[in-house]
Amino acid sequence: MDNETKPSAAARRQFLADTARMACGVGLLGLGVGLYAQHAKALPPAAIRPPGALPEAGFSAACIRCGMCVRDCPFDILHLAKPEEPMSTGTPYFVARQLPCEMCEDIPCVKACPTGALDHSLKDINKSKMGLAVLVDHETCLNFLGLRCDICYRVCPVIDKAITLDPQSNARTGKHTLFIPTVHSDHCTGCGKCEKACPTEVASIKVLPLYMAKGQLSSHYRLGWVEKEKAGGSLVAPEVEHKYNMPEGMQYEHGKGLSGSSGAVPPAPTPAAPVALPKALQGSKL
Amino acid sequence: MNAILKTSPPRPGAEAVAAKGWLAAHKWLILRRCSQLGILLLFLVGPWFSLWIVKGNLNFSYTLNFLPLADPYVILQSLAARQVPEKMALTGAAIVLLLYLLVGGRAYCSWVCPVNLLTDFAYWLRVRLGLKGSAHISRPTRYWVLGMTLVAAAVSGSIAWEMINPVSMLHRGLLFSIGLAWAVLLAVFLFDLFVMRHGWCGHLCPVGAFYSLIGKFSLTRIKLPARAACNDCMDCFAVCPEPQVIRPALKAIAGTPPVILEANCTNCGRCIDVCSKDVFAFGTRFNTTVAPVTGLAQAAPK
Repeated sequence: MDNETKPSAAARRQFLADTARMACGVGLLGLGVGLYAQHAKALPPAAIRPPGALPEAGFSAACIRCGMCVRDCPFDILHLAKPEEPMSTGTPYFVARQLPCEMCEDIPCVKACPTGALDHSLKDINKSKMGLAVLVDHETCLNFLGLRCDICYRVCPVIDKAITLDPQSNARTGKHTLFIPTVHSDHCTGCGKCEKACPTEVASIKVLPLYMAKGQLSSHYRLGWVEKEKAGGSLVAPEVEHKYNMPEGMQYEHGKGLSGSSGAVPPAPTPAAPVALPKALQGSKL
Repeated sequence: MNAILKTSPPRPGAEAVAAKGWLAAHKWLILRRCSQLGILLLFLVGPWFSLWIVKGNLNFSYTLNFLPLADPYVILQSLAARQVPEKMALTGAAIVLLLYLLVGGRAYCSWVCPVNLLTDFAYWLRVRLGLKGSAHISRPTRYWVLGMTLVAAAVSGSIAWEMINPVSMLHRGLLFSIGLAWAVLLAVFLFDLFVMRHGWCGHLCPVGAFYSLIGKFSLTRIKLPARAACNDCMDCFAVCPEPQVIRPALKAIAGTPPVILEANCTNCGRCIDVCSKDVFAFGTRFNTTVAPVTGLAQAAPK
């Protein structure tokens, strides 16, 4: 019996040692893979996922890196990430500044996806949220500088909904209007046409991943005017009328501006108003 | 075993070439290379000539807009990362699973996988250059790596292994753009050439380990209908990428029937080629009767 148990004890020791060695080696490899995968979850901002892509955490679990979406994209805008790129190897993306999404109505890339990493419940390309356009640089945007560039507004496939031009007075000239391109997140699909078309050397409007581009109000915030509309009337009873603390003899009405009841004060905002105002103040005895 | 190898002819298979002729002694090797390159070519004519017979890659492909094929291993990792794929991918994985249950699990490794071309070349060069010695990692390490990839998928919630998997990296690289994947593949090649004999495919690759598990139950097998005719030339051991699978069936260890049931056998058929005595043949795992050979060692005890 002893002769039989002795070698088996040695074999057991050997087995345990081998097992420990393997477990350690493989564990180290696993740690490396895990950390690498964790890093890759932070998608670089210039890489935009195809339409219908699940949020990044789900996407890296569902995408099997087959490239079917790349093949079925009729405009060849999609790439599969190479190992050296700082994202999950083999996953699809596009760079808006190079080639933006053409927003095909039949969404062939989503149809091609065998796993649902591109969500098959997306039927209307206008509902896709690949990212969100952000006018990142107010200093270089030509419209902000007072020009009528308007290119981002014109090329937008969801024109007048995703990007509107909101007039503001040009404080620099004092007599012109700035047409500020304003992105509306509920309509912007993140296709990137605006970024591609932006004529500045480096795009002033860029499509960013939603998690970077979108702010969020705290959940306890209530917008008074929205609540008022919802309730069909003021939530504060009785509604306090706002009073402007104006100099005697002057009135201000929202939307109409200053006016003097006696007619002695010229209507604002004329250039003469600042001169007239001190005169009126003298009588107010503040 | 090294001592035996030294006394055997310098090129394994020389006897078989003499006995059967060059073509017959390379039949399965040639067919296998045709299969590997043919499958690769089917994928490549798409991007090269816009001839879309097959779309996708080895992780998922769609043939003639009709046949979905998916790698069950990558689907398993997706499931481990808590994502249930759509029907298309699941169907594809089921078809592939059934296919390899028929043709032998690791037939994937020897008949399909593009990395096999690379590692076979490394082994050929290793023999040609007379490189002796090899680091030792036990063969079951691959199952640990397989387990690790599934744990990594579960913990990281992503198909983590696909980040560095040389198998899909090579195939994807050839079809899409290779990037720095060539460096990873060069590392695999050099590892097999200088560090370890059959290192990647035979010891580490979790894809191979996964297909080995399928191979445990697969139908197509290497049989040894004439194992009694073996003249111990050891050529089959010299060419086999998993030589440990041969001995039990060839030498009837512990009453093993004359069929290689070991999961790691890749069904490459190289042993059939190099055997001058035609000991080996393709067959099924069933019906394992031995052809009677007169005047030679007895078969396994009943």
